[in-house]
Amino acid sequence: MTTPVLSARGMVKTFGRVVGLDGVDLDLYPGEVLAIIGDNGAGKSTLIKCLTGALVPDTGQMFIDGQLVHFKRPQDALDAGIETVYQTLAVAPALDIASNLYLGRERRRPGFLGSALRMIDKKGMRRDAGKALADLGIGTLQNMAQPVETLSGGQRQAISVARAATFGSKIIVLDEPTAALGVKESNQVLKMIREVRSRGLPVILISHNMPHVFEVADRIHIQRLGRCAGVVTPQTHTMSEAVAIMTGATTVAETPGRA
Amino acid sequence: MSTTLQPASTATEQFALRQRSPVQRVQHLLHSYPAISPFLVLVISFVVFATINPRFASANSLSLVVQQVAVIGALAVGQTLIILTAGIDLSVGAITILSMMVAAKVAEGGGLPGVLAVAVGICLGIGAGLFNGALVTRIKLPPFIVTLGTLSVFTALGLLYSRGQSVQASDLPSLLNWTGESFRIGQFRITTGVVLVAALYVVVGFALANTAWGRHVYAVGDDKEAARLAGIRVDRVLLSVYTVAGAIYGLTAWILIGRAGAASPNAITDANLESITAVVIGGTSLFGGRGALLGTLLGALIVGFFRSGLSLAGVDDQYRVLAVGLLVILAVAVDQWIRKVKA
Ligand SMILES: Nc1ncnc2c1ncn2[C@@H]1O[C@H](COP(=O)(O)OP(=O)(O)OP(=O)(O)O)[C@@H](O)[C@H]1O
Ligand SMILES: [Mg+2]
Repeated sequence: MTTPVLSARGMVKTFGRVVGLDGVDLDLYPGEVLAIIGDNGAGKSTLIKCLTGALVPDTGQMFIDGQLVHFKRPQDALDAGIETVYQTLAVAPALDIASNLYLGRERRRPGFLGSALRMIDKKGMRRDAGKALADLGIGTLQNMAQPVETLSGGQRQAISVARAATFGSKIIVLDEPTAALGVKESNQVLKMIREVRSRGLPVILISHNMPHVFEVADRIHIQRLGRCAGVVTPQTHTMSEAVAIMTGATTVAETPGRA
Repeated sequence: MSTTLQPASTATEQFALRQRSPVQRVQHLLHSYPAISPFLVLVISFVVFATINPRFASANSLSLVVQQVAVIGALAVGQTLIILTAGIDLSVGAITILSMMVAAKVAEGGGLPGVLAVAVGICLGIGAGLFNGALVTRIKLPPFIVTLGTLSVFTALGLLYSRGQSVQASDLPSLLNWTGESFRIGQFRITTGVVLVAALYVVVGFALANTAWGRHVYAVGDDKEAARLAGIRVDRVLLSVYTVAGAIYGLTAWILIGRAGAASPNAITDANLESITAVVIGGTSLFGGRGALLGTLLGALIVGFFRSGLSLAGVDDQYRVLAVGLLVILAVAVDQWIRKVKA
């Protein structure tokens, strides 16, 4: 089999006496959509935070294209081309939409203004932010200079997703990206996920929405009580089988599926 | 199906927009342009004071207001940077006095040349700012506690070093007094110190509004964790802010020598509160992430207008203290209200 784009081995993360992750392995292959499902508190968010530098695991190793990496901070993962939409929606509420989209990688103006005065290209960033959101099918946001705190939860989520879709060059990680979205917007995000995959970029998708998961995922990583309870695919297992494994009603060994 | 629904949903949204009451519109306007309210206060107080006593609006009196406001106005630039990151600096005055006393002492009676003395003062400010910043970022202490501590430390160092004695302008190289020299523009009398302060506002204002660093300062004050997850090195931004603020205080020490005509360890005792007052009246939020340097300039001028206007109106100076206190409370209340803005 091909080398995974990202591979994690024995990830452990504890918070005081709470065990968030208890030795989890994960592989992400080129061009695939890997869903992570699990009950509340199963460790899904903790897992992807450890993969994206938001948290530093207690133990465990991580490889990008087979190379050992150590992410000490989100910046390191971003530099490696890994874009993440966190569940808590990391946006700065008082900053406007365009500033949020380009936060941490502001574009400079061309020429003297940019190189010597380090002036940022506000107009250009606003224009392209508008384009990025329109590409996602979010037409209702007109004014890119509008502060994010005046937006609805779903609109904020759309901005986070647009940010990831715009800048992801290696892997895109989405932690419940459609939780606050309407039907139309959710479908746009699913469409975006497929588009990203067709560009050859792998996606990690955390979702509680089983129909969505079974619609777009190539493989499904089932997280249970801080451990991986197994990896299934929509072809081998039905939705109810996956849910049964997720809740502990059965195991992958007992329910090997159709494969 | 979705295409038939779309126009309807946008129409509802437009309807919602039109539904905004006048009060909500004001709230939105203030949210987008926080300098509007201090600007209105400034204009109104100008008109009122000029009506009570026309001498208030004379070039002489206005020039004096600007000169009086210059030192606090300069310190308030550093204070604005720190408050934008959701911090506060109680050691502003102490750092300024320490920088000033050391710069004056090393140059006193033909010691170091003026240029070096100024450089020593600014470097000391930078060092002190760096020290505050290191305590905030490395040991993760709240800025209030850090600067409360360094307020005492730097004050004591300044007094010990100068043995509590002032240095007179006549004992100092001319460059140290240069910031007090003045020239005329028409009817107005401007000191070089005021020009330096104006330049400071232009440079820092530009950096805040137009560079990535400025965006990061706002983002860190707005939501530290969001900034971190966006890949911003939060600690570096904070450290840079405290250091730049320290450099500004060091520069202000020079301006203060020119303004006071001496270097006295007992000068600007109220610098902490007055600089915070200017920032808050200027519409910058004490909770970080919101505000603009222009507001701080207006805030400093408002305090100057009240001082001059009320004294020209023949009113006891305590009324100025009272009025400024009420303005601070009003400004914070307005900020709280603005922050509740909804689309
Ligand atoms: N910062 C933290 N401090 C303490 N405990 C934490 C922290 N973050 C996560 N945990 C704990 O780790 C466990 C896993 O949490 P995590 O957020 O990864 O769950 P999740 O699978 O993402 O759940 P959800 O579906 O609700 O988002 C939980 O028991 C949680 O209480
Ligand atoms: Mg979660």
